[in-house]
Amino acid sequence: MSEFLDILALSVKSLVSQSAVFFALMGVGLNLHFGYTGLLNFGQIAFALLGGYGVAISVAMWGLPLLVGVLIGVVAAFVLALLLGLPTLRLRADYLAIVTIAAAEIMRLVFRSTPATPITGATRGLSGFGRDFYAVAPFETQRTYDFLGSTWTGREIWAVLVGWILVTLFSLLIWQLMRSPWGRVLKAIREDEDAVRSLGKNVYSYKMQSLVLGGVIASFGGMILVLATGSANPDQFQNANTFLAYAALILGGTARVLGPVVGSMILWFIIAFTDAGLAALIRNGIIPSEILSGPDVANIRFVLVGVGLMMLLIFRPQGIFGDRREIVLDAH
Amino acid sequence: MPTNSMPTDTASVLRHLPWNIGVRKPDPTIVVDDLVRSFGGLTAVAVEHLEFQRGAITGLIGPNGAGKTTLFNLLTGFDQPNTGQWSFDGRSLGRLKPHQVARLGVVRTFQLTKALSRLTVLENMKLGAQDQKGEKFLAALLPGWRAQEREIEARAMDLLTRFKLDAKAQDFAGTLSGGQRKLLEMARALMCEPKVVMLDEPMAGVNPALTQSLLEHVKNLREEGMTVIFVEHDMDVVRDISDWVVVMAAGRVIAEGPPESISQNKDVVDAYLGAHHDAPLTAEEEELVLAEAEVAIAAEKAEDADLPTETTRGL
Ligand SMILES: Nc1ncnc2c1ncn2[C@@H]1O[C@H](COP(=O)(O)OP(=O)(O)O)[C@@H](O)[C@H]1O
Ligand SMILES: [Mg+2]
Repeated sequence: MSEFLDILALSVKSLVSQSAVFFALMGVGLNLHFGYTGLLNFGQIAFALLGGYGVAISVAMWGLPLLVGVLIGVVAAFVLALLLGLPTLRLRADYLAIVTIAAAEIMRLVFRSTPATPITGATRGLSGFGRDFYAVAPFETQRTYDFLGSTWTGREIWAVLVGWILVTLFSLLIWQLMRSPWGRVLKAIREDEDAVRSLGKNVYSYKMQSLVLGGVIASFGGMILVLATGSANPDQFQNANTFLAYAALILGGTARVLGPVVGSMILWFIIAFTDAGLAALIRNGIIPSEILSGPDVANIRFVLVGVGLMMLLIFRPQGIFGDRREIVLDAH
Repeated sequence: MPTNSMPTDTASVLRHLPWNIGVRKPDPTIVVDDLVRSFGGLTAVAVEHLEFQRGAITGLIGPNGAGKTTLFNLLTGFDQPNTGQWSFDGRSLGRLKPHQVARLGVVRTFQLTKALSRLTVLENMKLGAQDQKGEKFLAALLPGWRAQEREIEARAMDLLTRFKLDAKAQDFAGTLSGGQRKLLEMARALMCEPKVVMLDEPMAGVNPALTQSLLEHVKNLREEGMTVIFVEHDMDVVRDISDWVVVMAAGRVIAEGPPESISQNKDVVDAYLGAHHDAPLTAEEEELVLAEAEVAIAAEKAEDADLPTETTRGL
């Protein structure tokens, strides 16, 4: 019983963990792209990478203040959105998908390549850029705290706290935008671009604004990730994360302000729960070690998450917050 | 809204024009010159000279594949021609993007309706309003657009009531029937407060009970000073509301004139009966075909009296 409570406490911690924050921010951006505007961005991780490395390189390599690093990360994400959008947003939706997926892969490979070592630290990555960030924490970051049934370091709490403040601010921003006429144009573009053009709206400009804003939000996710983990490493920015963010978004419900946020929390709860649960079952001999051993758990949990998502799409295709009627209309 | 010429004037002025292809109109608003659009080897549109009279209802008819929709696409910037010029109130529209054409006041609807399914009917309508403060990113974050939004909503509800869609205002547009979508699309176009409305088969799929009121709406647009260009297959409808009719076949304008001139036109009858695809007809055969067509048209006219909305699709 106490073992179960431990597992539960661990899972509850992951509900609000840095991973949940990271995927929530990626997802809030993706929701703007995909859920509201209908843009297929399959390289969201590239924006997070630029945010994370923007901070890491500025502070660790160039000795700039943290806030300048944040600004550089945002500007880099902004520029990437323009570069990806300019040639593709006039074309059919699939062109953006191809270009973003390629960009995400290319950027990770360039950042980890040997010639990039003087700037990005290549495969070893960068560290030692978080001092200013933790220095401004209003509480002691060197000791540990008990919170929600588990133990947290002060650093963890500060990173996660700032992360959730950002999630809240960006969610409020999206909420306000989506109830405005600006948001109405975006949703209309998702439905039919030509109809929107025929009503005098510059569709291209709106798609670009959506791509830029969603990318900038993801860049903040990357910043929180590198600050929370204390290092910027190219392998944190595998593009598989983009698809995991899509999973979180669809789980929570697309085109709902809280969809990606709650989806990300639940996704990480499920991952942590299956992870710790399977490990306990193996430890207690309930699952024989010939069938499944400790190291396999890390892989099998994603299989379970995949099965869970498939069940969700079959029984509740609109996600947790979605509106079933919209899914039905989608089929038209 | 300034009315440049009274509707009755428009009709009577047009009545005195010769029934020639490319005839100059007294007060043209859209003027097309040497417009050619081909898809591979197929010439979809080849119009030498065509003028649309301001404040009039012009019916654009022709068999399927005649190039009517392509002409609409070209005039509204949705397609680019191989060659040619066209202008609106003396301003060239060549190279303008669709949204720029719409902002000038030339607004079109689509043959295949484009209701925005997962927006409500009311949201569809409000999208049509022009110069919305709240459509700018930064302004959207401040409450400054709310007063304008209330005005827009009132205007939208007004139009929805006129089109008998007010009860559906809060429903998703995707739940509407095909005919209701046509109505919504037309009402949404009117939210733009256009100078020229181009309707591509606005009556297709509309419940006959609604057709009559839709026709009244179209006539009202003329009373309000708008220019209407519409594509329609139903000859009764065309005769009922058009001040002028332009007939296209195989990309070309093959006839234009007041509605009553059209059914007497040999080229038009040929185009509809597909005679131009066959070997040249002998004089007797030709007379036979013409006689048949005239009988058919006369029969329709007889029906007109008591069954005005009965369709004769494809003539
Ligand atoms: N995008 C396109 N690509 C190739 N052919 C087209 C295209 N659009 C229209 N056409 C062809 O152009 C001709 C005119 O079509 P259209 O303008 O739709 O006729 P209408 O509206 O009078 O029925 C048809 O033969 C059609 O097949
Ligand atoms: Mg057509």
